[in-house]
Amino acid sequence: MSADTTTAPPAAAEASAPTQLTMAGALNAALRDAMAADDRVVVYGEDVGPLGGVFRVTDGLQTQFGEDRIWDSPLAESGIIGTAIGMAMYGMRPVVEMQFDAFSYPAFEQMVSHVAKMRNRTKGRVTLPMVVRIPCAGAIGGVEHHSDSSEAYWTSTPGLTVVMPSNPADAYSMLREAIDSDDPVVFMEPKSRYWSKAPLALPVTTAPMDRAEVVREGADVTLIAYGPTVRTALEAADAAVDEGLSIEVVDLRSLSPFDDETVGASVRKTSRAAVIHEAAQFGGYGAEVAARVTERNFHHLAAPVLRIAGFDIPFPSPKLEEYHLPTADRVLAALDAWEWDA
Amino acid sequence: MAHDGCMSLNVEHAPMRTLPSAKPLRLLDNAGHALTGAATGGFALPDGETLLDLYRKMVIARRFDVQVTALTKQGRLATYPSAYGQEGCEIGAISAIGSTDWFFPTYRDCVALITRGLEPGEILQSFRGDWHNGYDQHAYRTAAQATPLATQALHAVGLSHAARLRRDPIVALTFLGDGATSEGDAHEAFNFAAVWQTPTVFVVQNNQYAISVPLSRQTHAATLADKAVGYGMPGYHVDGNDVAAMYAVTHAAVERARAGGGPTLIEGVTYRIESHTNSDDPTRYREAREVEHWKRRDPIERLEKYLVSEGALSETVRSEITDAAEALAAKTREAMSVEAELDPLELFDHVYSRPRTALLEQRSALEAELAAGAFAQHEAGAR
Repeated sequence: MSADTTTAPPAAAEASAPTQLTMAGALNAALRDAMAADDRVVVYGEDVGPLGGVFRVTDGLQTQFGEDRIWDSPLAESGIIGTAIGMAMYGMRPVVEMQFDAFSYPAFEQMVSHVAKMRNRTKGRVTLPMVVRIPCAGAIGGVEHHSDSSEAYWTSTPGLTVVMPSNPADAYSMLREAIDSDDPVVFMEPKSRYWSKAPLALPVTTAPMDRAEVVREGADVTLIAYGPTVRTALEAADAAVDEGLSIEVVDLRSLSPFDDETVGASVRKTSRAAVIHEAAQFGGYGAEVAARVTERNFHHLAAPVLRIAGFDIPFPSPKLEEYHLPTADRVLAALDAWEWDA
Repeated sequence: MAHDGCMSLNVEHAPMRTLPSAKPLRLLDNAGHALTGAATGGFALPDGETLLDLYRKMVIARRFDVQVTALTKQGRLATYPSAYGQEGCEIGAISAIGSTDWFFPTYRDCVALITRGLEPGEILQSFRGDWHNGYDQHAYRTAAQATPLATQALHAVGLSHAARLRRDPIVALTFLGDGATSEGDAHEAFNFAAVWQTPTVFVVQNNQYAISVPLSRQTHAATLADKAVGYGMPGYHVDGNDVAAMYAVTHAAVERARAGGGPTLIEGVTYRIESHTNSDDPTRYREAREVEHWKRRDPIERLEKYLVSEGALSETVRSEITDAAEALAAKTREAMSVEAELDPLELFDHVYSRPRTALLEQRSALEAELAAGAFAQHEAGAR
């Protein structure tokens, strides 16, 4: 790259004492640390400046780093992604925010036709190290267009890396890794988990972002979840103990690439699997999970891989969303449908 | 923070509120006479050396364009969007930026790429169907040709904004067509550039048609340059078949941008003499006499008349230019006469920075198919 870029050495990893941090706070810390470590990292989007973002993920960053590093852009998502492409071409590492899942759609062409394809069409001569942060999914009482689960649009596009943390530690670690990545990363943030807390000593490094993790061990069933449904799966696992059912929970963390190894090992151990997501079932991400788990592990399976998903409907209004979203009860009821004695 | 000779940030510019001229400004009329007064918009005719250089580049670019169209008709290329007739616009504008500036072209701008010094074999890889893009973007400071309309304008804004943040005196020039001005990305690019005051120059080549749809179906504005006023940036309505005017206006916009003066929108009024691509049939949507009308407004002939009247076009110069044009045509034929050695396994090499397991599995599967001779017929046919 011919642009004159300077990279500060990574800050010495002086772990702070553990403090309670929300996922939004962990994301804020990750942005702050990444901006301090590398002056090529710039942040922009709608309301990310003085307001600190509608979810306060960028709170305080403009005061600390100034308007040349983080600024409010005009209200136009294709413009945000399209300009980020140009900035990345010049050697910057833009981290841009789509304010809400459904507001990312105006940027679809830039994402699919350019962000995803630039490395390929230029044989690796032009790379786009950029992160597109997208608050996603429901369960926050959001009005129309504020609760979509649009991950499958991105995961079905070769060239994009798509990740979704489910907890504050992963949120910090995965966002730092996404910013350091030489590939464009769609970084999806489950809104309903923004206020979940965990004791964290920063900087924290969790598993590499392309790996799934077994977050609860079990013997009878593998629940495959990501983002907001990890908590749902863990609740179901807790409740199932009383029924004498031992549930293993896998947090995918990365949707593209898919960690066949971790998921396959779990499924071969338990011989039963179900995938849980908020997005509609038809053509959803769970269809890919079920298909590849079945293709690769058919002879280890005692039952068909289930999909426990949102209904095949547009996302409902706030007072009706609870009927649509998968719950622990709905997960357990779905597992009952298997022939357990077969 | 500001370095000597570089633009400064956070300069307040009053929004531009002046409408471009209703008549396209020009420095040479169609008979090759130098104009003075209001018609020129206050721009001066470039010096003789510059004009001769522009003439030379246009003749060479047209020879290239005609050669590639011929090769496409012979089946050597999958498709080719000709810029025949638009050389004034293309060469005037591209000649106004330097080698450290960036250019964001569309699929129709191969003649600008030739003028910028790219090799025919590199430019035509995509239209031959070998790979989506075949030149080194960083070495030439030229982005891959964009097909989705107006999308590249935003890339130009982003890149030039990054350069500005770095205090690098870099300008980004991008070309759009008249049809592309209807796209949302054109609006977003104009607006982002104006709000951020980026060093970006937008050249809209109004060649009257978006494939078959005439300008009147794209806009109700009196001129496309008028749109600039709504963004608070200067707009210029220019005779795109006057290479001298296109060069002078673009050059001024580039230097203004470099000095921190923000973006400019330039409309070059021109005409697409050829069909959209070789698969198009323009007789279905335009009259032959309209094409003839524009052929009589040829940008090369116009400048030639002026240079001849000035005694600046000796037989020696003419034959030197013809030789250079023929040499490029020969080089182009040669580049297209040999089939490129394509490696199907390279399909997997440039998707991600690190190999993905799933892609490695698919690569192995294709490798096994190739080893088993599954594509032997195809490969024989390709040879």
